[in-house]
Amino acid sequence: MRDESRPALPVNGQNGLNGLNGRNGAHAEAATAATAATKALPRNLAVKCPNCRELLVGKDWEKNLRVCVRCGYHSRLSARERIELLFDDGSFEAFGSDLHSADPLSFVSRTQPYPAYLADYRARAGMDEAVVVGRAHMDGLPIVAAVMDSNFVGGSMGSVVGERVTQAIERAAEERVPLLIVATSGGARMQEGLFALMQMAKTAAALARLAERGVPFICLLTDPTTGGVWASFAALADVIVAEPGAMVGFAGPRVIEQFMHQRLPKDTATAEFALKHGMIDAVAHRRDVRPTLVRLLRMFGAARPA
Amino acid sequence: MAYDLEFERPLSDIEKQIHGIERKGEKMKAEDRTQVRELRQRLDHRTDEIYRALTPWQRVQVARHKDRPYTHDYIKLMCDDFFELRGDRRHGDDRAILGGIASLDGKTVMILGNQKGRDTKEKVECNFGLAHAEGYRKAQRIMRQAERFHLPVVTLIDISGASPDLEAEQRGIAGAIAENLQVMAVLRTPVLAIVIGEGGSGGALGISVADRILMLEHAIYTVASPEAAASILWRDAAFASSAAEAMKITAPDLLELRLIEEIIPEPRGGAHHDHRAAADAVKAAILRNIGELERLPVEELLEHRYRRYRDIGAYTREPIGAASV
Ligand SMILES: [Zn+2]
Repeated sequence: MRDESRPALPVNGQNGLNGLNGRNGAHAEAATAATAATKALPRNLAVKCPNCRELLVGKDWEKNLRVCVRCGYHSRLSARERIELLFDDGSFEAFGSDLHSADPLSFVSRTQPYPAYLADYRARAGMDEAVVVGRAHMDGLPIVAAVMDSNFVGGSMGSVVGERVTQAIERAAEERVPLLIVATSGGARMQEGLFALMQMAKTAAALARLAERGVPFICLLTDPTTGGVWASFAALADVIVAEPGAMVGFAGPRVIEQFMHQRLPKDTATAEFALKHGMIDAVAHRRDVRPTLVRLLRMFGAARPA
Repeated sequence: MAYDLEFERPLSDIEKQIHGIERKGEKMKAEDRTQVRELRQRLDHRTDEIYRALTPWQRVQVARHKDRPYTHDYIKLMCDDFFELRGDRRHGDDRAILGGIASLDGKTVMILGNQKGRDTKEKVECNFGLAHAEGYRKAQRIMRQAERFHLPVVTLIDISGASPDLEAEQRGIAGAIAENLQVMAVLRTPVLAIVIGEGGSGGALGISVADRILMLEHAIYTVASPEAAASILWRDAAFASSAAEAMKITAPDLLELRLIEEIIPEPRGGAHHDHRAAADAVKAAILRNIGELERLPVEELLEHRYRRYRDIGAYTREPIGAASV
């Protein structure tokens, strides 16, 4: 399900009512988010935009939250960077971090045994899995959050991703605290076979219980959100917001083109495409994401839970 | 039904010998008849031998066999009455998923499943079994109806994957599957899923969240088709047989991993050699399992179903493996 051949497309973050409302009081929020992010991200003197190849001043690149000022390309962020960007300083408290992938199939690979493969990713990505979950605050509001990271095996979902996300859902349900998931994933983790596929059903079942309790669930789709993650918990949120240009689709555009033997319109399987076809609620520029989420948390939080 | 798969060569050779003798017709002597009898015994014996030792990739061939009974065949052979419910009431009627209200030995159930299509016309009509969003939405409509009338749901799984095309994306294939996962997880009536051929990816999962999952002996159930998995894992679909091996996709493997509940034995040489016998076995399994599930109070049923999925996963407390870099 991984298909990352196509760079994200240039777009601007305006979209109907949401973009309009975002102007009110959103700038102060964005400024705070920007400061938080620049603090966290290491600086390079010059950065080449992965999409338009424009050479950008490192300082500007960081100040613009790693969004290209020329073409609007939203680069991928690690879970740690996402947490810095979105949540109140130091408010994130992880749980479920003592869960690690086993090798239930004793997966025989043509290249490398699964355990060694995982160990390499741990070393390279500085992450122990493709998601971290925990409690956090946004503008003082408590949430339970799951933040995915595409640097770890393409953000693929295996047992640990499914279990941590499910624990987050269950904790949100128990404590009646809104759930936020930041999704990015190439799909299910092949090396865990059917165990991986079944995590889709597991997270969906847990979300059914969350919905019964009337606890809001907001999902932010980031580049790329595809395959089994998009076809399970990510699509089941009460409100779905995506970053501009993010690949969003069940199959990636490359897979679709191969299957259909034809070139596709440029925006196929992107956030904008999903918005146009009624699959998501908003596309928000990275600088508007935090204020948007905070507005939603305030309004949903003011509603009376079931 | 003739043996026509590559690994069945020894079997088709014996069949050829039998046909060679039988061509004599009236002119067959007593010794010819004896020889045919002996060859038939040898054929059975060799078939059992070969089918006992099928590799995962060989099972994939059997699961995809062009003559294998499809959902429509099972419905025809199992049901004393069946009324097809068509359309998702929103967009259209996906022929890749068919379902309706059925009577099995006088017991009413909702039955639905994937349909691949037998001849070219039917194959095209049902998009080679690759389902679209409206198929999952039709399935959901049928399942909600089942809930309303306290009818058990039986799903027959036989799909290599949901359709990876533009229209599927435009009509929200991912959301349609996701919704079904959620709806099925809390559907207040027994749900039984049976993998009759290929269980492939989210496309299969979208109608198979169930109280129990049964598999035909030579069916497969996999996170992605072996070809897709091979190209994801090793950037080359030619390694599909390695992927089939590594991913543990056969019924015996999945039973051992406790991801399914039961295996339904197939007639000698696979379900395609005897549709009637295969349908009888599936029908008996349906009636027995539904009978057992219906004895549970619905709250208990739902709690069991939740636990069934909640408990799936394999973890350790400490990271495994040593980095090579
Ligand atoms: Zn650029």
